[in-house]
Parts: sequence; C-alpha cells; structure tokens
Amino acid sequence: MQSELSSPLAAPVLTPPAAPRGLSERLARRVFRIMLATQAVGAFALITLAVLLRKFNAAPEVIQPLIRQQLYRAGLRLLPMFLFLAGALGFLIIGQAVVALQKIGAVGYLGTIMVVVVVRELGPLLAAVMVLARVGTANVVELGTARALGEVEGLEALGIDPIHYLVVPRVVGLALGTFSLTVYLIIGALASGYLWAFLQDVPLLPGDYFRQLAGALRGLDFVLLALKTGAFGFVIAIVTCYHGLAQPLRLEEVSRATVRAVAQAIVAFVVLDALFILIYLLV
Amino acid sequence: MSAAITTDPVIEMTNVAAGTMRHPETPLVADVNWTVAAGEFWVVAGLGGAGKSDFLMLAAGLLPPQRGRCRWFGAPLPELEEAQLEFRLRVGLGFDGAHLFNELSLAENVALPLRYHERGSAAEIAARVEQLLAWTELTPWADRSPGTLNRNWQKRAGLARALALAPELLLLDMPLNGADAQHSAWWLEALTQLTTGHELLPDRRPVTLVVTTNDLRPWESGSRRYAVLRDRQFTPFTDWAAVTAGGAPVKELLARNLPHH
Repeated sequence: MQSELSSPLAAPVLTPPAAPRGLSERLARRVFRIMLATQAVGAFALITLAVLLRKFNAAPEVIQPLIRQQLYRAGLRLLPMFLFLAGALGFLIIGQAVVALQKIGAVGYLGTIMVVVVVRELGPLLAAVMVLARVGTANVVELGTARALGEVEGLEALGIDPIHYLVVPRVVGLALGTFSLTVYLIIGALASGYLWAFLQDVPLLPGDYFRQLAGALRGLDFVLLALKTGAFGFVIAIVTCYHGLAQPLRLEEVSRATVRAVAQAIVAFVVLDALFILIYLLV
Repeated sequence: MSAAITTDPVIEMTNVAAGTMRHPETPLVADVNWTVAAGEFWVVAGLGGAGKSDFLMLAAGLLPPQRGRCRWFGAPLPELEEAQLEFRLRVGLGFDGAHLFNELSLAENVALPLRYHERGSAAEIAARVEQLLAWTELTPWADRSPGTLNRNWQKRAGLARALALAPELLLLDMPLNGADAQHSAWWLEALTQLTTGHELLPDRRPVTLVVTTNDLRPWESGSRRYAVLRDRQFTPFTDWAAVTAGGAPVKELLARNLPHH
C-alpha cells in the first residue's frame, strides 16, 4: 500500500479545493493588479524621464550612435512596410467611403473623411501597433535576454547607468521613429486614397481633393499628431523596456514578458487615444 | 584616473547579513566580519551554490546588505549618484560568465567604460585598449564578437574591461572556473603581476584583489589571505596553514581526490 502511494503513478492525494472566489472578489483583485502594474510602469517612466533630462548630454560618443541605431530600427528599416501599408490603407478607406458617399451624393466629403480617419485616428494607431509588433517585441526579448545573461550587472559594475545606456536610446529612437513613420503613413495613405478614387472614376480633381484635405485640417491636428505619435513611441519604449529590464528574468520567462508587454502597450494606446479624442472635442 | 589611495581598509564589513541578487529577502550569509586591507589578495572559496557570486556583488556594493555595516575605502557607499560613480570607478568586477556585450566587438567592449566616462581622446582610448588586449593576448580577436570566442577568452576580455579604468579594488568571480591548464597558469601569473604592481596600473600601484573559487588548491601561496563561504557562514583564515588546519569547512575545497582545473 505504501509503495503504491509513493509511486509517481499513484493517484494524487485529494485536498479540499479552495473556496471559489466570487465575481466581485476576482474583479477587485484584477483591478488591484492593474493598478499595481500601472504604478510600476509609471514609476519606470518617471525614472527614465529623469535620466533622459539629467544625462541629456552625457557620454554622447556612446549614446548618440545607439540613438541612431534605434532610429534606423524604428524608422528607416520599417519604411518599405509602411509604404505598403499606406497604399493598402488608402485603398481600404477610399474603396469603402466612395461606395457609401456616392449613394448619398456626398463625394465632396472624401477629403474630410480621410483627415478624420487617417490623420486623427487610424494612421497614428496603426503605425503604433506596427512599431510595437516589429520593434517593441524585439526590445523585450533583447533586454530580457540581456538581463538574464547579466549584462545589466555588467553595466552597473562599469559605472554605466543601465537606464541611460539601454532605455534612453530606445525612448528617443522610438518616439522619433513612430512620429516619422506615422507622417509617412499618412502622406502615403492620402496620396494612395486619391489614386484609388481616380481609378474608381470618382469625379474629383487632384486640386479639389487636396483643397478638401486642407480645409478639413486644423493647426491643432499637426500639434496633436506630433504629441500623440511621440507619446505612442514613448509608451512602446517604456512598456517594452520595463518588461525586459525591471526584474531579473530567466530565459524561459522572456516570452511571457513579451506577451504582457504587448497587451499593456495596446491598452495604453487605447487610453492615450481616448485622451486625445477628448482634447479634440474640448479644444 | 583614480582617487588617491588611502590607508583605510578597502573593504570593511561589520556584522553584515545579505540576501541574494535574485531574491534579496532570501538569506545568503550572516554575521560577516571581514576587513580587506589595501594590496591584499583574498581568495574566497565555497562549493557550488554557496553564494560566492552574490557575495562578490555584496563586496562590490551592487547588493545592499540586509543589516550590518559595509564600508569601502573608509566610507559607506555614497548616496549621491555622482559620488557613487566615483566610488564605482575605483572598483573593478569580473564575472564568471564575463557578461560581455555581444553587439560590440571585443575591443569595443574593453573601450566602453573609457568612452562612456570620457577617459581620454579617441587615440588615447585606442592605445589603452590595445595595451589591455595585448596583455590578455586577445589582439588577434579584437574585432570579433565575444560570442564567437570560447569562455576562457571571454573571461580574459572581461578582465581587460574590468581593468580599463585602472581600479584600486578588483573582484573576480571564479577566474579559474572551466579554465584548462594553460589558461589557469596565465591567470595565476597575471593576477600575481597585478597584486605586485603592473604597468597597466597607474604608477605600478598594486591592485587589491578578491577572487572566488570552488577549489582552493591552485591558489596555495604564502602571501594570500583566504576565506570560506559555507552554510551561510563566512569564515576568514589568516594564512594557508590555517586553511589546511581548518577542518570540516574547507575539507571539500581541498579534497585531494578532486581533479585540478
């Protein structure tokens, strides 16, 4: 009997299950965990900002090449994919809008729709999601691996601030890269939008189309576009660097950290986007 | 390049208890009373899992103690970042896994602390890196990524990088771990040179050295100091004779039936 029980194939000893948690308790725990995660990422963002400001000109020979490298990764290298996306986005929006607008004789609003959809909403959000997928995930893996291999301790031992060396170049590179890519995406989508409208025989001259665009754009659009895309890039950098660096990871934990970072960054995009919609409505 | 040498102990621990790097609340060692004087060569021994690497991080000021008093160069770890940096540059640390940056070449790894802390012009930094790589016999692989070299050479690169800023205190984690006879002989000779004064160091100033090991035998010498880390206890010994008479705590670390590195 004893040997049967000690065998690995023996039936496990049943222990009384924990009392099931009520819906409200589970919800409260979830909210509490979200608050803790927000607090931790927020603290990391503040520390990074402080280092960015305090060491703005420190070690330029080391940091500037790293920033250029990040700009290339989060900007130039993604340009071909973004030009393809711009073409597809213009086609999708114009393709759908022309059919709907022609039914009600409102083709004259094509430019306005492009501004509202592409410039204010879809362009920045799509660009941010693509940068998160292509660069943000790589950040978590790289930094998580670096942490797991002890590179952070290596930097600290050399008197090099890991935030300054590993995070600041990514923050600057991703903020500028996301902004630049969004601008290219928007310009490409607006241009391809007209091309698809032209191919669908919409009676709209290029001059009229761009007059519609110019009429629908406000000065505030340019300011908020710069702020929003910069903020998206900042969020991508902070959330992914936090999950890669904030705690010592074992190599097998890196993939889970990546999934968490993507989920949190997308939630942050939605919250930020909602804030910017409020600003559009209030100003 | 470095602050003036003082007559204060280089490391002074009084009733120190510490956790591990990964879990700071988990006890690693307790009641450590240890003084390292300038120019001494300490060998800290312990079996696998005894916490030697974490203890070295404690000695480097990278792991805060749970309790007790730690002082370096006669003062506690500075709280202000600038002062802490000054302290950090007086301490060199070589890791068991070298912890080099694979996106940089060997030469760039060695140059990194010099370039980051702006210690000289580009030509001066290049000359210093060349000197360090030549001494560690790494010149032929200067432009290679660390990942393409075996562990023995990576460790030498880690030593070169730790020496780049000419530290006064050098802490090396398991330098002989996995080293073959040739590399072991090189390390023992190189470390002896550093403790007796070497041209790599300003004014041939001897460096204060602490190394960790899991086998005390290769480190036998009349001039070195020893300590054993076992069962969360840190036991210093005055000399090699005291080690060999140390009984149970050092028995496994001197076991004659164990093969040499």
